[in-house]
Amino acid sequence: MGSKRPEHQAPPEVYYNEDEARKYSQNTHIIDIQTRLSERAIELLNLPDEEPCMILDIGCGSGLSGEVLTDLGHSWIGLDISPAMLDVAQEREVEGDLVNGDIGYGMPFRAGSFDGAISISALQWLCNADKNFHNPVKRLYKFFSTLYACLNRGARAVFQFYPETSHQVDMITQQAMKAGFTGGLVIDYPNSTKAKKMFLCLFSGGSVQQLPKGLTGEEGNEEQSHARFDKARQRYKDLKGKSLKKSRTWILEKKERWRNQGRDVRPNSRYTGRKRPQPF
Amino acid sequence: MKLITHNMLTSNIIKGVKNGFPLKINAVKVENITVDYNRDFITRMLPRIEYNALRSAVSDIGINESLPEVLSESLQEDDEFLKKMHKVLLEIEIEEGELICPETGRKFPIRKGIPNMLLSESEVS
Repeated sequence: MGSKRPEHQAPPEVYYNEDEARKYSQNTHIIDIQTRLSERAIELLNLPDEEPCMILDIGCGSGLSGEVLTDLGHSWIGLDISPAMLDVAQEREVEGDLVNGDIGYGMPFRAGSFDGAISISALQWLCNADKNFHNPVKRLYKFFSTLYACLNRGARAVFQFYPETSHQVDMITQQAMKAGFTGGLVIDYPNSTKAKKMFLCLFSGGSVQQLPKGLTGEEGNEEQSHARFDKARQRYKDLKGKSLKKSRTWILEKKERWRNQGRDVRPNSRYTGRKRPQPF
Repeated sequence: MKLITHNMLTSNIIKGVKNGFPLKINAVKVENITVDYNRDFITRMLPRIEYNALRSAVSDIGINESLPEVLSESLQEDDEFLKKMHKVLLEIEIEEGELICPETGRKFPIRKGIPNMLLSESEVS
């Protein structure tokens, strides 16, 4: 069975060679997607308003997510395993500082350095054993525990990632919790295969925080999908003279009743309950 | 690599290294760049900076910038000092050189401004 997932093809430092890296500075589709994912991830970070923060960008690649941070007035340090991607970032003259490193070996930063961390489409790479001495569970734990240390108390880390199986999601969240994080998954557009996006939203200590809600695409028109709550039972006018069964008024009344129950009812039109032509 | 990044980097990911901080700098090529001054950012970062490590980094590079010996409370409000910190932290770019782990002497090369913190398997704890 052919697989299109890049993490099956080669380790990240090999897969993201010069050719692949160039795509990340030229392909407008990729840039557009990465930018939108970054914007959402930063929104989930819930940084204090109007304050310039120091953010760690894990798997920063060519610095697309970093540019979104720069636009919002934050400073950042980017970490990536692929030298080719970092070279592209350097060529594009991103504002953040870049470090070449393997996140599975731990974060090489001092305790309490960052106000938050974001990561776009990088975490799934850790689930693969690219070298025979790689142990994904151990590498994930090492990553999360050292990340926990270099974040400020109460800071968040938001990871957008593409898990392959639910087992991977379990493995990742388990190791994150073991490292001391709280939080969980935020899923945007869960009912759409294409638009569905997963964000692992982690909190490092501090006060208890509420997990943000995922987007559904129905924000603002939620009322329609629920039955209207009515305490009083519907009383029908002129019960005495109930409408004649199958008559237009009877149909309209029934539709109104069903609508109140929240059932799916076609809108009324001039064809509703219309007399059909008589066949021969 | 800017000195603010250097101030955060450690080599404690190496097996057996406890602090790995501060990394000694051996700079071959250093450039001055200009970055917009942002007072809020500097005051926000100041409590997080290891001041002594910054001072030793400045002397490692051998640039002509005199930072006061101790970081006193009154200095943290002083505009002139904050501007100097901005310059030291953000406007010095180490392009080529190496970082040296204070405990093991392991060298991390800096190439085109990017420090290479990759390890080999035997070095990882």
